[in-house]
Amino acid sequence: MTTILVIAEPSAEGVKAPTLTTLGAAAKLGGAVHVLVLGQGVAGVADATAKIAGVAKVLVADAAELAHGLAENVAPLVVGLVKSGGYSHVLAPSTTFGKNVAPRVAALLDVAQISDITGVESPDTFTRPIYAGNAIATVQSLDPVKVATVRGTAFEAVQATGGSAAVEAVSGAADAGLSTFVGNEVSKSERPELTSARVIVSGGRGMQSGDNFHLLEALADKLGAAVGASRAAVDAGFVPNDYQVGQTGKIVAPELYIAVGISGAIQHLAGMKDSKVIVAINKDEEAPIFQIADYGLVADLFKAVPELTGQV
Amino acid sequence: MKILVAVKRVVDYNVKVRVKADGTGVETANVKMSMNPFDEIAVEEAVRLKEAGKATEIVVVSVGPTQAQETLRTALAMGADRAILVQHDGETQSLGVAKALKALAEKEQPGLVILGKQAIDDDANQTGQMLAALLGWAQGTFASKVVPAEGTVAVTREIDGGLETVELKLPAVVTTDLRLNEPRYASLPNIMKAKKKPLEVVDAVGLGVDLTPRLKTLKVVEPAKRAGGIKVGSVEELVAKLKTEARVI
Ligand SMILES: Cc1cc2nc3c(=O)[nH]c(=O)nc-3n(C[C@H](O)[C@H](O)[C@H](O)COP(=O)(O)OP(=O)(O)OC[C@H]3O[C@@H](n4cnc5c(N)ncnc54)[C@H](O)[C@@H]3O)c2cc1C
Ligand SMILES: Nc1ncnc2c1ncn2[C@@H]1O[C@H](COP(=O)(O)O)[C@@H](O)[C@H]1O
Repeated sequence: MTTILVIAEPSAEGVKAPTLTTLGAAAKLGGAVHVLVLGQGVAGVADATAKIAGVAKVLVADAAELAHGLAENVAPLVVGLVKSGGYSHVLAPSTTFGKNVAPRVAALLDVAQISDITGVESPDTFTRPIYAGNAIATVQSLDPVKVATVRGTAFEAVQATGGSAAVEAVSGAADAGLSTFVGNEVSKSERPELTSARVIVSGGRGMQSGDNFHLLEALADKLGAAVGASRAAVDAGFVPNDYQVGQTGKIVAPELYIAVGISGAIQHLAGMKDSKVIVAINKDEEAPIFQIADYGLVADLFKAVPELTGQV
Repeated sequence: MKILVAVKRVVDYNVKVRVKADGTGVETANVKMSMNPFDEIAVEEAVRLKEAGKATEIVVVSVGPTQAQETLRTALAMGADRAILVQHDGETQSLGVAKALKALAEKEQPGLVILGKQAIDDDANQTGQMLAALLGWAQGTFASKVVPAEGTVAVTREIDGGLETVELKLPAVVTTDLRLNEPRYASLPNIMKAKKKPLEVVDAVGLGVDLTPRLKTLKVVEPAKRAGGIKVGSVEELVAKLKTEARVI
């Protein structure tokens, strides 16, 4: 019997987009879907999660030890639930939270973990990209429990409303005594989140400085877009690390991706080539980004971007 | 404190990989192989900690074929003290590698194990987390800063929303992100010296570890290709296309 435990992306604010796409993957598996909502002060989020279409049960683990989603505290809780609940599948979003926790859960269960699934062929067989998305592997899990992280861009989000699941409190959260949260620096922005934005404007080394990103922000404001970047732009300190799109950064697939001053290295393409429409602005007509762009403009970005902002 | 560093031999990041015609994997014959870039960062971090007097010995480990000895020599040339190859010719998967690393960690008793966050061939991003689980240690994944103190280490992590700092009890496992450091190139004298550093070869059986893959690869195919696009001559033309043809703005 397929019974799926989905670990929700933690947030005290509400249901997060990656939870909905992970549930999209769960729906493809078929079977009963339970969602674990964990954190501190998450009763409201649990109630909202219970309204998501297709969810049979919400398990809520509300405890101070879970406030920061530390893997050392979260993993044993999940393992306990898998053992007592007899789940056949554990799914987590491919966010930094999910990638941190899911392998720890899998190892404690002595099973493999399947990273970044992009397709469900059957309850034990999945597709996933390897080599920066230059190859797609179909893999079959030989383990009794399938633990996987889900690439959000590959699955349709389920409806956030229409369901009425039971909410059940789970206890057993404890401090493993291995790690403590010290602090964070969270980028504050009025713009949409990169991974769920409809439009993204991304800048690369061609931007020359962090100050020049204002040009992209002005365009992004006009389009209601998120701002992203290449690794080179992050490494150079133009923008924070969480802007990075690519093989080892964020994977995005917006309706419109505008790459500005980005050459199009395979590691960057790995993060954005599933966008619906790709625009590239680059002064080098040989730049590889033009090979995947639907619309390429060979131009100096310092002239083209302000013009574009003026015309949209 | 002793530091254990895990390094994997992978297809060089500059190689455009080709899927084999029979769909069993990607072409690796006659392809340039290198140390996984995140593992270079891991070795560099260990060497810096040693240079700063915070580490006493650096042991590098790889699980793979005989050729992985080259990767280990590179790490030795960067400044590691000795190397261990867990000789294994077949496919390695994260859980098996984590088990081999656990066996070595139990033998070597390091204060810190540093791994890359991700191998750029399988893009798994798992081994460090699995190793930490198996050892019952703390994990500082996706690290952009590592500051050891007495009995603890502060790790700043690159997370989706920005940065997060956690304090971990030692011994602990750390996985590296891109911004942790810029790895050095090994100098010629150091490459020569590395040839004389100890490199021990063991096998999984000797470690009592089962490396049998748990995931069966049924097939490997090329991704769907994007249809070629066009070049536009001006910003006006671009805006017109986006409005009327693509209808995305
Ligand atoms: C392990 C590893 C992981 C990586 N992960 C990622 C990742 O996740 N994401 C990522 O993006 N990269 C990643 N990279 C890096 C990747 O290989 C490239 O180095 C990087 O993407 C290059 O960034 P860029 O295109 O901004 O810079 P460049 O390649 O330097 O390109 C800059 C472009 O700007 C153009 N330009 C300059 N001035 C102007 C102007 N005035 N007007 C218009 N165009 C201009 C140039 O023509 C050029 O094409 C990774 C690399 C490694 C080794
Ligand atoms: N075969 C291997 N030998 C040594 N280290 C490995 C091996 N496979 C993975 N690792 C380590 O684990 C990290 C993450 O790999 P992965 O989980 O496969 O993405 C790598 O950056 C290495 O540090």
